[in-house]
Amino acid sequence: MKGLTPIFLVVAVLAAVPLVVQSNTALNFLVVTLLIALAGQGWNILGGYGGQYSFGHAAFFGTGAYVTAILQVRYGVNAWPGFAAGIAAGALVGAVIGALTFRAGLRGSYFALVTLAFAEVLRIVASVTPITGAGVGTLIKLDLRASALQFDSRAVFYWVILALMAVSLLVAHAVERSRFGAWLIAVRENEDAARALGVDTFKVKLGAMTISAAITAASGCFYAQYFLFVDSGIAYGTRMSIEALLTPIIGGAGTVFGPLVGALAVKALGEGATYIAGDAPGLNLIVYGCVLVLVIAFAPRGLVGVFSGLRRYLPGGRREVAHG
Amino acid sequence: MFSSVILIPAVLNGLMTGAVYALVALGLTLIYGVLHIINFAHGALLSAAMFAAFFAFRLLGLDPYVAAFLIAPLFFALGYGLQRFIIGPASHGDDRNMLLVTLGLAVVIENALLYAFRADTRTIDLPYAFETINVGFTFLAIPRLVGFAAVFVVALALWAIMNLTDTGKAIRAVAKERLGAQLSGIDVAHIYAMTFGLGTACVAIAACLLMPTFYVNPTVGNAFVLVAFTIVVLGGMGSVPGALIGGLVVGVVESLSGLFLGESLGQIGIFLIFIAVLLVRPTGLFGAKA
Repeated sequence: MKGLTPIFLVVAVLAAVPLVVQSNTALNFLVVTLLIALAGQGWNILGGYGGQYSFGHAAFFGTGAYVTAILQVRYGVNAWPGFAAGIAAGALVGAVIGALTFRAGLRGSYFALVTLAFAEVLRIVASVTPITGAGVGTLIKLDLRASALQFDSRAVFYWVILALMAVSLLVAHAVERSRFGAWLIAVRENEDAARALGVDTFKVKLGAMTISAAITAASGCFYAQYFLFVDSGIAYGTRMSIEALLTPIIGGAGTVFGPLVGALAVKALGEGATYIAGDAPGLNLIVYGCVLVLVIAFAPRGLVGVFSGLRRYLPGGRREVAHG
Repeated sequence: MFSSVILIPAVLNGLMTGAVYALVALGLTLIYGVLHIINFAHGALLSAAMFAAFFAFRLLGLDPYVAAFLIAPLFFALGYGLQRFIIGPASHGDDRNMLLVTLGLAVVIENALLYAFRADTRTIDLPYAFETINVGFTFLAIPRLVGFAAVFVVALALWAIMNLTDTGKAIRAVAKERLGAQLSGIDVAHIYAMTFGLGTACVAIAACLLMPTFYVNPTVGNAFVLVAFTIVVLGGMGSVPGALIGGLVVGVVESLSGLFLGESLGQIGIFLIFIAVLLVRPTGLFGAKA
């Protein structure tokens, strides 16, 4: 059970937050932070552990959000199965894109480009087809009952997203400890060498992409339930793709807690910038972009890497084995 | 079916729009050919250059075609500085990091423009913007004709730089064999930055050619760059003739699919070509086998 204790501790501490903090603004901030962290955890499985940098994770986020919303609004499906269907649809989209791109042997720049293109195609399709509400978007009816997966208290929403986050932390932990995870890391470090050693790199990458897409789709499903509105720009826009890769890179790609730490840092900085300079369009993203470049330049292992680097200087701190 | 009265101008317009696409793609493919990364900041740099052309006209009264001679060197210096002092040092020689740094720069530039100028769409008024000349069987818009000609001048100049100057030879050496070039005394960091500067200058010239007939806002570059990605992939990453021919082809395809499918679905046509080419022949139609 090594490594599970920190996960339980962190989740327990976070779960206790609404008991102390009553402010809706603060809870809303935490919900949005966890939402981004969850999307980032999805990216982290494929990008952090597998080294496949996707620039189009919005494809999965948006699919989750749209499927959840459309099933409820147009087909009268209950929100709970709708949520599950959203995750499944996201995973399916991930598997299809993964099968196509990995079969074609796309890596590095090419993989980043083609994922970006898939997200853009989905965005354009969603902005013109009637089933998504085209340019108007899809609005989910307000129905504040647990059976409709809507709650009148922010705290409950917060616990829901925290539960999803906890599951994703356990998934990342399981990946990290498993044979599959070892293969995945081998692919990241040197794909040709991994294949020479008998790793079925296609299957490993495809598996990682499917898990990755499912987690990011879950974040999209939650978005739909929380904000009750989806349109093509929110769902498939490049902003989501950027936030999904930003959080793990800043927090520490290929670590269990990286996306969570990164999301907290990024969102806190964004709020700080808004507080200092006023609410101006683009300001948050200027800060995000600068932080991204600075982290890559000065802390290539992310904030988690910085913390574990500092720990060895503390009294009683043990040396951590470097982990990429 | 449409008659030739509509089809011929559509094809010609496509060719002339395609020439400007080709110029944007030329910058992209040049950088890819040498640094082996896709510059995701290309679109943001195009938006920035278009703003520069816009303000050169508004504040200094410079015609965009004249301003190109000022803005291109300026953006060459900007590109040089970005690669030499930010992208190069920040990415520690790792390709994945380089991708992320250019993406980070794109986010910063685009949103700095948004912060400074807001999302308003601006245009400039020029007397010749809607002038046409009659070439017998059809009419051609003058700004597009100028753009078409300018792109070939730029391509020729680029060819001359690459083949006739020492810097050009060094760039080609680094593209072929980085380590060997380094051992022969070529300053690779300098050559990388020169290449990035040249690519950025291409974008600046494209911006000046676009400004007379196009609008500018902080995200305007993205549309062009997604098209440019398609062209570069179609023509083969790193291939200069590929970028030129790919640009013309994509311009015509866009013009025709816009005619047959309508504006927003016309865009999808390009992305579908893009994905299809990537999946079937990722080295492009003109690129060497990887």
